[in-house]
Amino acid sequence: MSWYATAIQILLIGRANGAIIALVALGYTLVYGIIELINFAHGDVFMLGTMISLTIVTWVPSLMGLRRASQMPTELIPILLLVALLASMIGCALLNMAIERLAYRPLRRAPRLAPLISAIGVSFILVNIGLHWKGASPVDFPNMHPSVSLDIFRDVLGINTQIFFTVKDLLVMLLAVPLMLALNLFVTRTRLGKAMRATAQDREAAAMMGININQTIALTFLLGGALAGAAGLISGMYNNSAWFFQGFRGGLMAFTAAVLGGIGNIYGAFMGGLLIGVVAATSDFLLDPRWTQAVVFGMLILILVFRPTGLLGESTPERA
Amino acid sequence: MATLDVQNVHTYYGNIHALRSVSLTVQDGEIVTLIGSNGAGKSTTLRTISGILQPREGRILLDGQPINRLAAHEIVERGVCQVPEGRRIFSRMTILENLEMGAFARKDRAAIQDDLARVFDLFPRLKERIGQKGGTLSGGEQQMLAIGRAMMAQPKVLLLDEPSMGLAPILVETIFQTVQEINRQGVTVLLVEQNALMALQVADRGYVLETGAIVLDDSAANLRENETVQKAYLGIE
Ligand SMILES: Nc1ncnc2c1ncn2[C@@H]1O[C@H](COP(=O)(O)OP(=O)(O)OP(=O)(O)O)[C@@H](O)[C@H]1O
Ligand SMILES: [Mg+2]
Repeated sequence: MSWYATAIQILLIGRANGAIIALVALGYTLVYGIIELINFAHGDVFMLGTMISLTIVTWVPSLMGLRRASQMPTELIPILLLVALLASMIGCALLNMAIERLAYRPLRRAPRLAPLISAIGVSFILVNIGLHWKGASPVDFPNMHPSVSLDIFRDVLGINTQIFFTVKDLLVMLLAVPLMLALNLFVTRTRLGKAMRATAQDREAAAMMGININQTIALTFLLGGALAGAAGLISGMYNNSAWFFQGFRGGLMAFTAAVLGGIGNIYGAFMGGLLIGVVAATSDFLLDPRWTQAVVFGMLILILVFRPTGLLGESTPERA
Repeated sequence: MATLDVQNVHTYYGNIHALRSVSLTVQDGEIVTLIGSNGAGKSTTLRTISGILQPREGRILLDGQPINRLAAHEIVERGVCQVPEGRRIFSRMTILENLEMGAFARKDRAAIQDDLARVFDLFPRLKERIGQKGGTLSGGEQQMLAIGRAMMAQPKVLLLDEPSMGLAPILVETIFQTVQEINRQGVTVLLVEQNALMALQVADRGYVLETGAIVLDDSAANLRENETVQKAYLGIE
């Protein structure tokens, strides 16, 4: 493979995983922006999103007496995909809201270390739920349809190239990009979205304007959870695996992405996600996948030491 | 019945006893001022009325109904809105967005446009800069925005915490004129000030707060003539 084909290939893989990372990073950044808490459990909410999706994707075909989703009639596949997406988004949104209500809200006036420890505790609980639910080894996340592995250039367009760009790659973008645009529209255009930004900038002043703070914080967790749920489905679909510990790696990448973009900064989380995706793909390819976590961790440390406010600007909570 | 009736309110920060049995009333249509030196508890009083702080003892009534157990946003819904100390506008939101946030609690969407026009009448400068981020405004413009934002809530009672702080004398004059204009439009005003001279000129009545307790209350005219007030707050020997 020529070097530029390799480079393009890395970019393509990185961009797909980057989109997933960005969706998770948005949850870190939204929550940090509004209550200045690093929600350590967030990566595990994402993991449970993959588990929920996997359950739907295997359970629905079994209801129809089939062994796998790929045996379902083709016209039902988009519906299955949509059902899995909605179930995962709603499940994770409700889960994230419940976490806030039970584990963080009672500690809102406590010293800052308390909710942080609470978050680590929640993370352990979620990891163990994942472990009991789907077991200790990675589980295969089946392709919903054989066509998702088709290569767009060779198999669909008939162009001969060394670069792989599968239908799956395209699907990742088709799912992730509209969600990010929707989030952006929500926070810039809607009344509740603006209330979220106002609360992130100055909670007390927001309360003085009649904004219901508890409701707004709950809404923030709902949105972050929904995006993590979507990322969970996309990740399962793209990487064909579901694993109880994937939230650690996914969470680490996404957290680094959020810090890279300036935590609290929505646009930064998006850019940081794509960048980390590409860095991880480069490391997977040039070094070894086993080094990737160390590379990303190293990057996180470098950012925190040399540019703690992120590449895109201050880490003030008002950067919504 | 008083519009706002604060009865024997005690407020604490942890175990710091910040308000010691504060009582004050504001009648419909009045401008009442609360003066006192740094740390007297003026902001604490307003923050307690707004529901940011909960009084440990005492009651706060709005038109006879207790509001001291309500959440801050519910108090705004009942018609009490505050212009906080230090303005605290949303610095990364535009002027228009800041004003929209002021109207957040309102249900009458249609009337909001009219009130937006009213705010721009009061402060034409805000209209010229409608798309500008709040944080890039000058101190005076930020104060105008903070007042305009509170007016968007269409309050029955407006609480103002040191609106003249850090402004040039000419602008202080303008701000006080605006407060009077807002009052003429039917809004009841509770005005916290360190600038006692100006405050006692626009107010009908006043209260003097010292280390968390009310030590004097009288008509503004009488307070202006009061010797202790003159010495402590008006700089007259
Ligand atoms: N968040 C807080 N935590 C602890 N103590 C506080 C807090 N805020 C205010 N205080 C204390 O409560 C007292 C009253 O403060 P407050 O801010 O109400 O004074 P003020 O009259 O508004 O003063 P200024 O004119 O300087 O604004 C002060 O002694 C202050 O130190
Ligand atoms: Mg004060």
